[in-house]
Amino acid sequence: MAEVSRLQPQFPTLERQREADHFGMLIFLATEVLIFGGLFAALFVLRAEHSTEYTKASKEMHYWLGGINTAVLLTSSALVALMVEAVKAGSARLAKYLLFGALALGLTFLAIKFMEYGLEYRDGVVPQLSAAKLRGGPHALFMDLYFAATGLHALHVLGGLTLLASLIWPFGTARRDTSAVFAGNAALYWHLVDVIWVFLYPTLYLAR
Amino acid sequence: MSEATSHVNPRMSQEPIPDTAVERVSYLAEGHSLRSWLLTTDHKRIAILFLISITFFFFCGGIAAALIRLDLLTPAPDLLSNDGYNRAFSLHGIIMVWFFLIPSIPTTFGNFLLPMMIGAKDLAFPRLNLASWYIFALGGLATLATVVLGGVDTGWTFYTPFSSTYSNGAVFMAVTAVFISGFSSILTGINFIVTVHKLRCPGMTWGRLPLFVWAHYATAVIFVLATPVLTIALLLVALERVFGIGIFDPRLGGDPLLFQHLFWFYSHPAVYIMVLPAMGVVSELITNAAHKQIFGYWFVAGSAIAIAVIGFMVWGHHMFVSGQSPYASAIFSFLSILVAVPSAIKVYNWTATLHKGDIVIDGPLLYALGFIGLFTIGGLTGLMLAMLSIDVHVTDTYFVVAHFHFIMVGGSVSAFFGALHFWWPKVTGRLYNDLWARLAALLIFAGFVMTFTPQFLLGYEGMPRRYHVYPEAFQPLNVMSSVGASILALGYLLPFTYLLWSLRYGKPAGPNPWGATGLEWTTPSPPPKHNFETVPIVDKQAYCYPVGGRGEQSEPRTQNAKQDDG
Repeated sequence: MAEVSRLQPQFPTLERQREADHFGMLIFLATEVLIFGGLFAALFVLRAEHSTEYTKASKEMHYWLGGINTAVLLTSSALVALMVEAVKAGSARLAKYLLFGALALGLTFLAIKFMEYGLEYRDGVVPQLSAAKLRGGPHALFMDLYFAATGLHALHVLGGLTLLASLIWPFGTARRDTSAVFAGNAALYWHLVDVIWVFLYPTLYLAR
Repeated sequence: MSEATSHVNPRMSQEPIPDTAVERVSYLAEGHSLRSWLLTTDHKRIAILFLISITFFFFCGGIAAALIRLDLLTPAPDLLSNDGYNRAFSLHGIIMVWFFLIPSIPTTFGNFLLPMMIGAKDLAFPRLNLASWYIFALGGLATLATVVLGGVDTGWTFYTPFSSTYSNGAVFMAVTAVFISGFSSILTGINFIVTVHKLRCPGMTWGRLPLFVWAHYATAVIFVLATPVLTIALLLVALERVFGIGIFDPRLGGDPLLFQHLFWFYSHPAVYIMVLPAMGVVSELITNAAHKQIFGYWFVAGSAIAIAVIGFMVWGHHMFVSGQSPYASAIFSFLSILVAVPSAIKVYNWTATLHKGDIVIDGPLLYALGFIGLFTIGGLTGLMLAMLSIDVHVTDTYFVVAHFHFIMVGGSVSAFFGALHFWWPKVTGRLYNDLWARLAALLIFAGFVMTFTPQFLLGYEGMPRRYHVYPEAFQPLNVMSSVGASILALGYLLPFTYLLWSLRYGKPAGPNPWGATGLEWTTPSPPPKHNFETVPIVDKQAYCYPVGGRGEQSEPRTQNAKQDDG
């Protein structure tokens, strides 16, 4: 991706190549939405078929931690949006600071998430590990889906962080890519990670 | 196509014909090392990589099919054990669906021709294209690993809770294989959509796109929107199988029907992934054989999009007997019948294109006609299956098996062979003997009809699918079907002999052996690495065949070509 700004032979102009890169990323994000769509479908079915247990399970979630995480992720997304503008304006130093901020917030999100997993282990609501409290049934299934959905989401957070970090090193794209093709696409990915969380949070934590 | 270039090869001697000047500078001559093939980003070479891989899997799936048909010769379980039979048909389905039919036309001819037809030098993301092949190859290896581990007995549909809880086969490995191959489809889909939007040459408006391109655009949309749902469905099956989380297990609060919904949300549109590219191929073959403008361009193009869109709303017709809401079934039934409208538009328009055409009956046309006939039968029986009352009667019988084989094998595989024959001169630069091509087309058609027509009768009389022990009354029809299958196998093997022969002994094809109008025919055969010397400028509709018939030289579609002539 380092050579994004170099014209490849199949494109007539650099402008067209940038449009294509951007468009390709948007379509890829559509596939990501559909992947999570399957998990949402599973959660909605569980809610429709076992609504009392679903509500009860949701009530045991640490919704304050989830809420803080929502704020953390949204803030990092805002920083990334500003970063793209900074790259376009050629202010490489500002872009770098904003990126460091976004990366720090992304890591904070993961840290809080894993702390939450730890608390859930202590509460005895991790179905596969601590059999003390949960043994089968809708509550266990809710927790399993919660771990599947947030786990897959956490993998996407990691992927997004890697993309953002690669803007600083090894590519240093923030410094020279004033059309912000790669930076723009990395930002789009980060916004998607954000959007998925915005839907996961009410589905899992606020269905009380 | 004139007499001199077709039908009988004048060089029947066994001396290889040396490379022509064109062949020495073609994409095939850009390096001969293994590395130059495995690290290529040229869409034409990647198409060849895909062609070799899917041919291999076609044979693997074919071997499983041969085992099935041999076992069904007698009512007794003599060749395979019960378990062995389950594994044979599961393997046949999984390989044929995901490792042959889904990638077949898009990744080979789509890959090769899509950029050429729109006047581009390559797909938008060439490295992504190569990655798509590697991912496909990895998925293929996982499939072979499944066989080594003892195979699966779930059928290609992986229905829960059997697959997730009870099956004793290598379900995890099989699911992994299909999961991996899905990413290959997604990457190809993204590449095609972006290419069609962003890489059309000057003058190549949406209204001038060849119908092959429209069909692949519609297919790419399905690739992108349907495949991820299969990905997550299979991921959930794997999670359930490994950790026993119970999402498809009613004892643990799960719902086995959820899997069927997720699976068919992908797999019904996937049927259109298999047939839409075939329809695109047939549109090209028919217009060329009739040497006429297509009848109702916008209707044929629009019906491809309509099929892709409606195709997303009909998955419930696979679940009429699953216990879903009868109101849902009624709506799914109505929407399924609706798909017949755009499908019929295509069939009528192809027929109308042939009407008063200047027709030459050659190999490619015979394959295209085979497609139209068999697709029509498959489609009409599909209408029967969309009716609630009939479907309940024939669910899970050989009637369903015959129906979808008419569409996928009679239809799509015929079109695949049609495409192989039509574009073989472009891909390889050599002509084959058309007499053999016509013979193979007839063998495939006859063998196919003999194999699958008896299965309609068997199914209607109540023989269930996926059983290898059956009442003796069903034996004559089963024997007929097995005999037909051996003719079919012969028909499929035949092209491999004369096509490979043509590589060494075939006459050089010249740029445009069929007198066709597509941009791909304005390049030398085989094309050079970047397809076009100068970027073409299009100023005409697709399929502008000369009004005066075959004697007239067809006018080139591009301004550059005209200048070259002058």
